[in-house]
Amino acid sequence: MSARPPGVTTPIEPSEIRPPSSEVGAMGWLRHNLFNSKSSGIATIVVGLVVALAAWKLLEWAIFDARTGVITTNMRLFLVGLYPQDEIYRVWVTMLTLSVMTGLTAGRMRSGAVRMMAIMLAAGQVAIAFLAIVSGMGFVGAAAMVANAVLLLMAMTAAKRWPLSRRWMLLGWAVTAIAATLLLQGLGESSLLPGVSTNVWGGLLLTMLLSTAGIALSFPFGVALAVGRRSHLPVIRLLSTVFIEVIRAVPLITILFMAALMFPLFLPEGIRVENVFRAIGGITIFSAAYVAENVRGGLQAIPRGQVEAAQAIGLRSWQTNLYIVLPQALRITIPANVGLFISLLKDTTLVAIIGLLELLGIGRAVLAQPEWIGASFEVYLFVAAIFFVLSYTLSQASYRLEKELGIGER
Amino acid sequence: MSDPHVQGISTRPRDVDRTPPGEDADDIIVCRGVHKWFGELHVLTGIDITVKYGEVLVIAGPSGSGKSTFIRTINRLEEHQRGDIIVDGIELSNDIRNIAAIRSEIGMVFQSFNLFPHLTVLQNVTLGPIRVRKVRREQAEEQAMLLLNRVGIPEQALKYPAQLSGGQQQRVAIARALAMQPKIMLFDEPTSALDPEMISEVLDVMRELAESGMTMLCVTHEMGFAKAAADRMVFFDAGNIVEQGPPEQIFENPQHDRTKLFLSQILTH
Repeated sequence: MSARPPGVTTPIEPSEIRPPSSEVGAMGWLRHNLFNSKSSGIATIVVGLVVALAAWKLLEWAIFDARTGVITTNMRLFLVGLYPQDEIYRVWVTMLTLSVMTGLTAGRMRSGAVRMMAIMLAAGQVAIAFLAIVSGMGFVGAAAMVANAVLLLMAMTAAKRWPLSRRWMLLGWAVTAIAATLLLQGLGESSLLPGVSTNVWGGLLLTMLLSTAGIALSFPFGVALAVGRRSHLPVIRLLSTVFIEVIRAVPLITILFMAALMFPLFLPEGIRVENVFRAIGGITIFSAAYVAENVRGGLQAIPRGQVEAAQAIGLRSWQTNLYIVLPQALRITIPANVGLFISLLKDTTLVAIIGLLELLGIGRAVLAQPEWIGASFEVYLFVAAIFFVLSYTLSQASYRLEKELGIGER
Repeated sequence: MSDPHVQGISTRPRDVDRTPPGEDADDIIVCRGVHKWFGELHVLTGIDITVKYGEVLVIAGPSGSGKSTFIRTINRLEEHQRGDIIVDGIELSNDIRNIAAIRSEIGMVFQSFNLFPHLTVLQNVTLGPIRVRKVRREQAEEQAMLLLNRVGIPEQALKYPAQLSGGQQQRVAIARALAMQPKIMLFDEPTSALDPEMISEVLDVMRELAESGMTMLCVTHEMGFAKAAADRMVFFDAGNIVEQGPPEQIFENPQHDRTKLFLSQILTH
């Protein structure tokens, strides 16, 4: 140290000099974010007062005025609609298979986003158990929900260590989807599993069913349409383009009406497709057209050099699409597609117009009961809270997914 | 590298007609009167050239002279509209099997690397062998590691392309092309997008490849590489070959005015 030539200062360890106290800590944060200038200080105080007042009023209302009975008395309606009480165990069993499959899937995938969705499903079931207990719906269903959540987490942990192969997982999901439909719907006249018309499925059950089925079906369909629209075969290109443009030019309500009222006219005598499945079909084709346009945008963003490099190593055109172009295009379109799926989730409320009572529809039906007239704020707040949790989970999962997939970004 | 047939992998589709090679069985690429238009623009004006097994060609010329377009016609990234191209006895036609067979014999390295950004280095190199040649994954990975060793970056195998420097990315691209065990390598300005200090690491790999007996067609402005490694220099202008010969002859005694001008410009710095 002492032998430094003149003119060379002793280097300072970066930690020796602290930044001024106005720049760090709570004071620094306040100064930077809330009181950066005179006008921002005034804005902070005014907005703060308004928010505090609103929060106070809301709290006052929630404690003294809110008629929470409208929610608790009708909890079963909100959760499953008019699904018969004696058959409700079928919903629990369906949730059980779904939980286990979700756990197994989330465990074997190394994606934090997927795990987050799985944990939210577990947490959601615990929350439903809580709601069921405070509503006096009995402990059996609540216990089943908690058990489902525990099983989900156990399946997830187990699958981390012993992951099942992709083929088994796909088979498992296909079986689950079919079994769930059969179980919920029952087998016509049989005494073991009496049929439950889909018209009585309702509430959160129906909302979740419409939106998950809509998302799961419209995504692959939309991707296929997007690829089809860029096909070099003119017939496929034309069909895809016409489909996309026609569907996008029509409101969802119209499509739901067509599915509910006109579609049955085209079916041969004696064949009936239940209302709920027609609604799923309508939502799917509507959403698929939008997915297709999102994905097409992603496909266009992939540089030509990627295709050339794939051709140069000898990949065929379907392989180039499957291994090179689509993975990159789908990654780019995650934010757009998740936005679309969030609006799909909320658009499921439109099925009310074809006589299906999903969460919001149930809310309106509840409000039509004479004893609950005027309790609309409670009901709509409850429904909004559930939609918020669902949508926010989706959007957070998509942020995570984007970050995870960002590793190999250009 | 070991002979692929010994490992029981056939790189060569059997159902492709192989026309008898031209006058000389040593010719691996034969081009006769190759024409190409982009719309009204006549970019290749009747190219005649033959390349022998193991020959290293450096193709030079001003930009827009058609040199890149020419090598891209050889593996059908660009379609030629008139004339014949015969690669290793297979005629380049619209028959998709012929195109596939020719592509399986040709590796290509691009100016902008064109690595697959969503795949790791190792996956970039093994994708072709696994999906096109149906090699088992373990075997493909083993071979890929040998190739990554050969281009000097085995330690980057599990990284993504974006985490590598330009020179490293281009070496991965070379390994990816070599993984298909090609007989011919095309280089389309492989060092033009690189920082100066990374050019030599790529040229070293190319020289090693040239010395190993690979047939190479290199579009490049690296005249040092041309002098050291090329068997023949081909000079392009306005869509055709204006002069060709051993590099010493082209550098010391260029005949064509365009060549003289080009060399004087490129060598003054």
